[in-house]
Amino acid sequence: MTRRRDGNRGRAPLVLVLPALVGLAFLVLPLVGLLARAPWTTLGTRLAEPQVREALRLSLVTATLATALCVLFGVPLAWLLARVPFPGVRLARALVTVPLVLPPVVGGVALLLVLGRRGLVGRWLDDAFGVTLPFTTAGVVLAETFVAMPFLVISVEGALRAADRRYEEAAATLGAGRWTVFRRVTLPLVAPGIAAGAVLCWARALGEFGATITFAGNFPGRTQTMPLAVYLALENDPQAAIVLSLVLLAVSVAVLAALRRRWVSAP
Amino acid sequence: MSGLDARIVVHRPGFALDLALTAAPGEVVALLGPNGAGKSTALRALAGLVPSGGHLCVDGADLSALPADRRGIGMVFQDYLLFPHLSALDNVAFGLRCRGARKAAARREATGWLDRMGLAAHAASRPRALSGGQAQRVALARALAVRPGLLLLDEPLSALDAHTRLEVRAALRRHLDGFAGAAVLVTHDPLDAMVLADRLVVLEAGRVVQEGAPAEVARRPRTGYVARLVGLNLFRGRVEVREHGPVAVVQDGPSIDIATSLRGEVFLSFSPASVALYRTRPDGSPRNLWRATVGGVEPQGDRVRVRLDAPGRTVAADVTPAAVADLGLVTGSEVWTSVKATEIQVYPA
Amino acid sequence: MKRILSAAVAALTLLTAAACGDDGGKSEDRTLTVLAAASLTETFTALGKTFERAHPGVKVRFSFGGSSALAQQIVQGAPADVFAAASPATMKTVTDDGDASGAPQVFARNRLVIAVPKGAAKVHALKDLAAKGNKVVLCAEQVPCGAAAKTALAAAGLTVRPVSREQDVKAVLTKVRLGEADAGLVYRTDVGAAAGQVTGIDFPEAAQAINAYPIAALAKAPQLALARQFVAFVLSPAGQDALTRAGFEKP
Repeated sequence: MTRRRDGNRGRAPLVLVLPALVGLAFLVLPLVGLLARAPWTTLGTRLAEPQVREALRLSLVTATLATALCVLFGVPLAWLLARVPFPGVRLARALVTVPLVLPPVVGGVALLLVLGRRGLVGRWLDDAFGVTLPFTTAGVVLAETFVAMPFLVISVEGALRAADRRYEEAAATLGAGRWTVFRRVTLPLVAPGIAAGAVLCWARALGEFGATITFAGNFPGRTQTMPLAVYLALENDPQAAIVLSLVLLAVSVAVLAALRRRWVSAP
Repeated sequence: MSGLDARIVVHRPGFALDLALTAAPGEVVALLGPNGAGKSTALRALAGLVPSGGHLCVDGADLSALPADRRGIGMVFQDYLLFPHLSALDNVAFGLRCRGARKAAARREATGWLDRMGLAAHAASRPRALSGGQAQRVALARALAVRPGLLLLDEPLSALDAHTRLEVRAALRRHLDGFAGAAVLVTHDPLDAMVLADRLVVLEAGRVVQEGAPAEVARRPRTGYVARLVGLNLFRGRVEVREHGPVAVVQDGPSIDIATSLRGEVFLSFSPASVALYRTRPDGSPRNLWRATVGGVEPQGDRVRVRLDAPGRTVAADVTPAAVADLGLVTGSEVWTSVKATEIQVYPA
Repeated sequence: MKRILSAAVAALTLLTAAACGDDGGKSEDRTLTVLAAASLTETFTALGKTFERAHPGVKVRFSFGGSSALAQQIVQGAPADVFAAASPATMKTVTDDGDASGAPQVFARNRLVIAVPKGAAKVHALKDLAAKGNKVVLCAEQVPCGAAAKTALAAAGLTVRPVSREQDVKAVLTKVRLGEADAGLVYRTDVGAAAGQVTGIDFPEAAQAINAYPIAALAKAPQLALARQFVAFVLSPAGQDALTRAGFEKP
């Protein structure tokens, strides 16, 4: 009996395994291509270049800040979409996904039109506070937040919908107001969803190119993140581009693996 | 007045609930009724989880306008809903913390509650590590810890297996005895209701159909649902006095000989055990004799419950397995059936 | 590994060929594929139409993009007939790899101008680019317009601190057009294309950094004969006229 069950488990249906392997190969082969063409001998010297370290540092800092912003604003937004039946909630939900379908470069232009020096809001920011966002590191963070936020909102909204609302009712009967319920019951219940969303967010922000270069421009040390450095290196030094890509890849895989281990081992 | 004084009015498409409910301090009232009768809705309305009309006073305070978190009503949910991310101790301390207690003080008091429930050893356990009975006691402690004037229990035993249920029911009875406030319990299990409650309120389709002490309800059911619940046959009829004595005329049904001095509309109830069956028409002329078709045969413990169908009346009879064999009782067979007039309880409708 | 890669490239090429293989059987229906620098978009599109009219049965398909990216595509084996680059350096990538058929010929030149937002008054001359408080965007030095800007500014002896080094000249133009930047260095033809929103200011040092546009038929061109005809057409008086109208200078 046991044996037969094991046998069944061992023989996954071919109709699933074949496309799965094709899918895996499709995802992994480009990586193999990068590894195969990497100029391993010059890797050390390239990594020592201050521009590369600068770009990497900027990428990690901005992606992390963008993720923090996404969590700060995205979790309440997801809560609103999942829990408060306001008129136009369907439209709001659709609008949240706009950055997903918008070409990032268009997203960058849109950000310029709103937050740029002559933008709808940016003009006022400039006049009132002398703050301009384009060409600044803050601009990079905003561009990354813009494209990454939908990942967090969608992930957390799903978690909120899947969470058993009766726990919130139980908390209410114990005297917890809405904010306490959210903080002490809802948030812990959807924590795995928030974590998953934040990881997606971070990964998306780290790889962000189009909106960043359009809105924040490209200046080493200030707005030149790794993807921008890779793109420009591709113009005249494809080998360098491959090295930079590998560095970005290695760092992100290392960070994600470390985080995952931590979460999985958590109680 | 102290205790609970409420009227709950909830209207939804295809459903209306209108229920007046009182409970003295220390009294346990069981809301009993079939699925969809509105028991749980009534409970949720009391807790403030469902908007309702009417009024709600607990110990003289009008709570009608308050949201759930400011009513101070304790509630034990059907599957307990212990917060999975908190220890048993922090679950119990939750309500105290919400009421502004400091963490240490709340934990100290929660520890006292767990002690009383015999769960001191499980204070640090997460809910998923607790057995059903333990979880139920933590849920009870959590609800009682905030010292509510009114305690609500929604099917508190339905999540337990039969064996655990017996023990937990007894323990719950003890804890309810020790609770000074009013308690309202929702159940569809008559045994839970009989053991735990001081008074039963039977709800059908959103209305109260019978109310009284458990023994009274069990002896004198007033609806088919209650009669089935307590295992009695029930008819409703009008008393007419014939030359051989009083009979109850059941609308669209038989006239049943009874022994009573009551007049007017009455209920007749009799135990399935008092129904006698014969294969052929018995000698002499027992009253209340009729032919019926066996509609179903179902063993129940050491007895066999036989459903007997005849025009205008369906009754249940309990016989021994030997009698089933002797009479050749199978679905569809024809038998003679009788009930002695003296076995029939008659009470005003 | 190399074999896997070349197999993959071959497969992709096949797919692409199949996807747009309208030149399959009949010899009359031929498709000419031209890879051209982004700054040529408007002019070459028009030239393509004229060429099609002169050669019945021929379709000209363009792929416009950054010259460096296009050169990379050619080196990696993308099927194409003609390459028109925005700088000799990018063309050199292709000739060095032996992908050009014959020597490339310069067919146009382009000159840098200062682009300022319409109606803005902060920048009037090249020296204003170095003034503090002026936000200047330039092309990244890796792309031709950035290299040209570097040369021109060096010739003027100016040190400019740009707020951004954009990935191509169109991106510089966008920043100026939206008013995010007070000035940028772009090609004269780009100002022409953005007429009405951006003002172009000529400066003498631009003469030191005039950009040459080379064109070549490609060695592995599926339509080599046709490719040579197209190159000749671009160099002909008719082609040169169109380029001049767009703001290019004669080679």
